[in-house]
Amino acid sequence: MLDNVLHSFFDLHSMAAVLPEVLAYGLRNTLVLALAATVIGILLGLVLAVMGVSGSRWLRVPARTYTDVFRGLPAILTILLIGQGLAPLTTQWFRGNPYPLGILALSLISSAYIGEIFRSGIQSIDPGQLKACRALGMSYPSAMRLVVVPQGIRRVLPALVNQFIAIVKDSSLVYFLGLLTTQRELFRVGQDAAVTTGNLSPLVTVGLCYLVITVPLTYLVNWTDHRLRTGARVSVVVDVEGDERAAEIERSDRLVAERTGR
Amino acid sequence: MNGEPTTIRQDTATPSLPDDLGAHACSLEVRELTKSFGEHQVLRGVSLSVGAGRTTCIIGPSGSGKSTLLHCVNRLEEPSGGDVLLAGRSMLTESADVLRRRVGTVFQHFNLFPHKTVLGNIVLPLRTVRRMSAAQAEALAMERLSEVGLAAKAGHRPANLSGGQQQRVAIARALAMEPEVMLFDEATSALDPELVKGVLGLMQGLAEHGMTMLVVTHEMGFARQVADEVVFMDRGLVVEHASPSEIFEDPQTRRLKGFLSQVL
Repeated sequence: MLDNVLHSFFDLHSMAAVLPEVLAYGLRNTLVLALAATVIGILLGLVLAVMGVSGSRWLRVPARTYTDVFRGLPAILTILLIGQGLAPLTTQWFRGNPYPLGILALSLISSAYIGEIFRSGIQSIDPGQLKACRALGMSYPSAMRLVVVPQGIRRVLPALVNQFIAIVKDSSLVYFLGLLTTQRELFRVGQDAAVTTGNLSPLVTVGLCYLVITVPLTYLVNWTDHRLRTGARVSVVVDVEGDERAAEIERSDRLVAERTGR
Repeated sequence: MNGEPTTIRQDTATPSLPDDLGAHACSLEVRELTKSFGEHQVLRGVSLSVGAGRTTCIIGPSGSGKSTLLHCVNRLEEPSGGDVLLAGRSMLTESADVLRRRVGTVFQHFNLFPHKTVLGNIVLPLRTVRRMSAAQAEALAMERLSEVGLAAKAGHRPANLSGGQQQRVAIARALAMEPEVMLFDEATSALDPELVKGVLGLMQGLAEHGMTMLVVTHEMGFARQVADEVVFMDRGLVVEHASPSEIFEDPQTRRLKGFLSQVL
């Protein structure tokens, strides 16, 4: 029994056999997909968030609708609709490479989530900040760009890393678009090897690769979260200590002066 | 004397304000200003005027519309009716940014930018609004900071300053814009008692240097000592408007008498 389990999941031979392909393109392609979708998702998400907190309904309602749609659909559905639906229209540019449309689909999905993350961050900023900017004569756009949004982003960094982890995992879905050998990302590499060897160990191998990417990030989130929470307090404590020390030095100086005076 | 926290020492450092500080000061006039939030009428026709270089303090119970009045003067709230005039010219026909560039505002909760240094807080609006070069803006910001006695804190984050120091940075930030009128919205209400004096001293310095100031305050001592005129507001109306000595020693209305008996 144990032998069976070990053989199905942890067959070192098939694990080793898939490793060159995993390292040659699986890992790289997954990271390319996830990073590109995150970068585009952040840019689109910022636009959505700023539209979402705008005073104008003409900006708010479209942003809201976009978010509802792309957050509400299963990722696989969006990827297939975009990846296959737009493929005939874009062959002249992409020559059948599914990556651009795959990245587009992943970006549209992630931007809906990232937009919500940014919006909550922006709305968590004290309204007094915007008020102070306006009172100084700054325009609404420059107040948002220079004061409100930068603070909001800082506050939601942990949530953004979580979103990146979600995109890393969702990137596996582009395999539905049909990939050439060198276009395969982690999951597809593992799946192909599993089918040809009739053994699940290659999938375990790529699973470990996903964890190598995502688990350190999870800890990075916890660490940044902790730092963001306690950062301010720590620096205040340092300052108070400094003041106390200064007061103490002053006291002893006075004492010395008194004694030497006598 | 022994073991006095150093923050107090810094907070009472006497500011050294420049002589030409009030050079741009102009008169402020508010005419029949009204403001409603839905059904609720907060201001019911407020009129007052502050001569160039003069200081008027607004006192009154909470909810009397004092803060709303200030917000309407620089149009953080759009007035429902009436007019605001600077140097005799109506400002409600212009864009709000034009008005706000001429009017400096200091808030109860300072509203410094926490992600910027103390210097950065002053530089940012100088760069974006007055379109100064980085070098110009920094030089001017340092000048204003040293005038409020905080040049040594230029590189600190606001969170590392005491409340009194933060408020003085906020005042320096407003002054750097070279306002013609300054509004103070309960500028010392959020401060610990021992920090109030430093900020009030700075405000008094501004008044003595000829800044036009409209000051909403709960500090009756400040109103009595520094103000040229005192306005008592209640329920969205100016109830009494007179010199400090008349307001505090010879109140005419029952409402002002009642208010003074509670706060003095």
